Amino acid sequence: MKPRENPPLYVSGVGLWSQRLPGWDQARRILGGLEAAPADNAPRPAPQLLPPNERRRAPDTVAVALEAALAACRGADVSPASLASVFTSRYGDLAITDYMCATLAAAPTQLSPTRFHNSVHNAAAGYWTIAAECTRPYTSLSAGEYSFGAGLLEACVQAWSGTGDVLLVAYDMDARGPLAAVAPSRHLLAVALVISTARGARAVAQFDLEAVAGRQVDPSRARAGNAALLAGNGSEDCLPFMEALALGESRQVTCLAAPSLALGVALRPA
Amino acid sequence: MQPLCISAFTATCAAGAGRAALSQALRDGRSGLRPNDFGREPLTTWVGRVPGLEDASLPAEFASYESRNCRLAWLGLARDGFLDGVAGACARHGRERVALVLGTSTDCIGATEEAYARLTPAGEIPDDLRARRVHAPHATAEFLQRALDLRNLAVTVATACSSSAKAFAQGARLLELGIADAVIVGGVDSLCDSVLFGFNSLALVSSDPCRPFDTRRNGINIGEAAAFALLERAGDGPRFAGYGESSDAHHMSAPHPAGRGARAALEEALSRGRTATRDIDYINLHGTASLKNDEIEAQTVAALFPANTHASSTKGWTGHTLGAAGALEAVLTLLTLESGFMPGNLNSQTLDPACGPQVRLAGHEGRVRRALSNSFGFGGSNCVLLFTADGVA
Repeated sequence: MKPRENPPLYVSGVGLWSQRLPGWDQARRILGGLEAAPADNAPRPAPQLLPPNERRRAPDTVAVALEAALAACRGADVSPASLASVFTSRYGDLAITDYMCATLAAAPTQLSPTRFHNSVHNAAAGYWTIAAECTRPYTSLSAGEYSFGAGLLEACVQAWSGTGDVLLVAYDMDARGPLAAVAPSRHLLAVALVISTARGARAVAQFDLEAVAGRQVDPSRARAGNAALLAGNGSEDCLPFMEALALGESRQVTCLAAPSLALGVALRPA
Repeated sequence: MQPLCISAFTATCAAGAGRAALSQALRDGRSGLRPNDFGREPLTTWVGRVPGLEDASLPAEFASYESRNCRLAWLGLARDGFLDGVAGACARHGRERVALVLGTSTDCIGATEEAYARLTPAGEIPDDLRARRVHAPHATAEFLQRALDLRNLAVTVATACSSSAKAFAQGARLLELGIADAVIVGGVDSLCDSVLFGFNSLALVSSDPCRPFDTRRNGINIGEAAAFALLERAGDGPRFAGYGESSDAHHMSAPHPAGRGARAALEEALSRGRTATRDIDYINLHGTASLKNDEIEAQTVAALFPANTHASSTKGWTGHTLGAAGALEAVLTLLTLESGFMPGNLNSQTLDPACGPQVRLAGHEGRVRRALSNSFGFGGSNCVLLFTADGVA
């Protein structure tokens, strides 16, 4: 059976947070070449969806993922409780992995129960659904350097399957401790998209997505200056897509969802 | 949904390697659990450890994936003609039409733990472990994609204890949308310190063999498993007929007290499979033998199903295999469709008063046409799968 043709989708809301791209409004101007990136890193966000006492205690990946996710929902003017979600991350929370492995090597019975339950790959998704009081399903994926593409594909597949609007959140952080030698991720980054089958009043872009399997294809590349802002982050493969959204023009972007599975994305203004 | 054909399936865990051994272990009431002998400072508990895994090996060209998890994956794939099934699917559809969706909770973290236990005097990861491609959650799926030369999607689902049940749901969507024509879905999780000491820190580990739904249950035993199914739109074999997914939105490590998410996932699986509760012959319960899970799951099943539905947890045979549990218990559920034998709750003697007549201590011989498998995980992620025998509408 040949891949079937699926209807166009809409980006209804966008969130992005990284230290030098702190929020989508500013990121859109920076990625679009209208403004220079700030020289200094912004402090880690304190996600408003979490109760005040949890905002500082939340792991970095949870904080940044929830920040971007809430911004995307606000942009789309949809309730966070109404969305199925797809979370994706190449490495998960590397600070907690470093803590877990170091503690297990030194004093395994001293492991913190909170850090343990925060170590699951679905921690960000779990905190999101709890904070948003969202009982819709979520998933939590990883696909190596193709983690954004694999998440984008699953979010689109869910939207086409009749799930309704789907929230996609991709995130990764800087490596800590000895782990940095084998999981060399840098920066703190989350991007979030609300993907819809219908054009909403706030739609940012429309796109067609076609999955082409079997050949190794080169993915699109972001502008050098933009690429440098996120270089080395486990989710940096989101950048060509986010840059195209920032530019707001009709553009063809190729993302990889696997080594031999290319996603041809035809983006155009909504 | 259009029921999908399961054209091959297999599982390997402490209770047995392959379908024949597992079927026999279920019938004989023979547990795979043993006193914990894993790691440098073994905790006092019981584990479902796969014998011989230390001596298993990977193909030489994939030595960079050397790890307990990849060894278990490779060992598990070799049973029940599963590799022939994959080769057949590649021949029928083309390698570019065969996807892989693999569930895991900790993947190869055991290798990263070993790296930290053997840091050099300068505090660095030793060269042999630095050279391996195992220090990220997608490592096992990447290894399998390369070793099987698959050229469609290869993705890891990591939603804790629902991971590999959700792999079935994602695989079904890939087929429905025409992204792939065959999908290998499965789960692999292996023993490691992270989960043994992690669940211990939450006081959820039992020092005895686990006793699902027993009044005296006092926690889980951790196990390891590799389990796989090959999904296609048509062919001979049992059917994957429905799935339901939900979120508790309640707590990171405790289930919703009224079983809200569990109930929603059960109802969605039945409705997607156009099946009524009265038509369900068997339910493979999540049944971890933790106090809360079993109480809430028993109440949920009692509220929804008639008395003649037979329900049990198979964790007394296998331990809780975490991210592999969804796929392992899917395979055990498929074995009940095949044999008609519905297991009871091994190790348990007195059922919790929360249990309705559905939860059984003893196994029972019958006819199983439609069966469910429940998986509920940390982070409030729930997934229920519906399977039907070949020829059952």
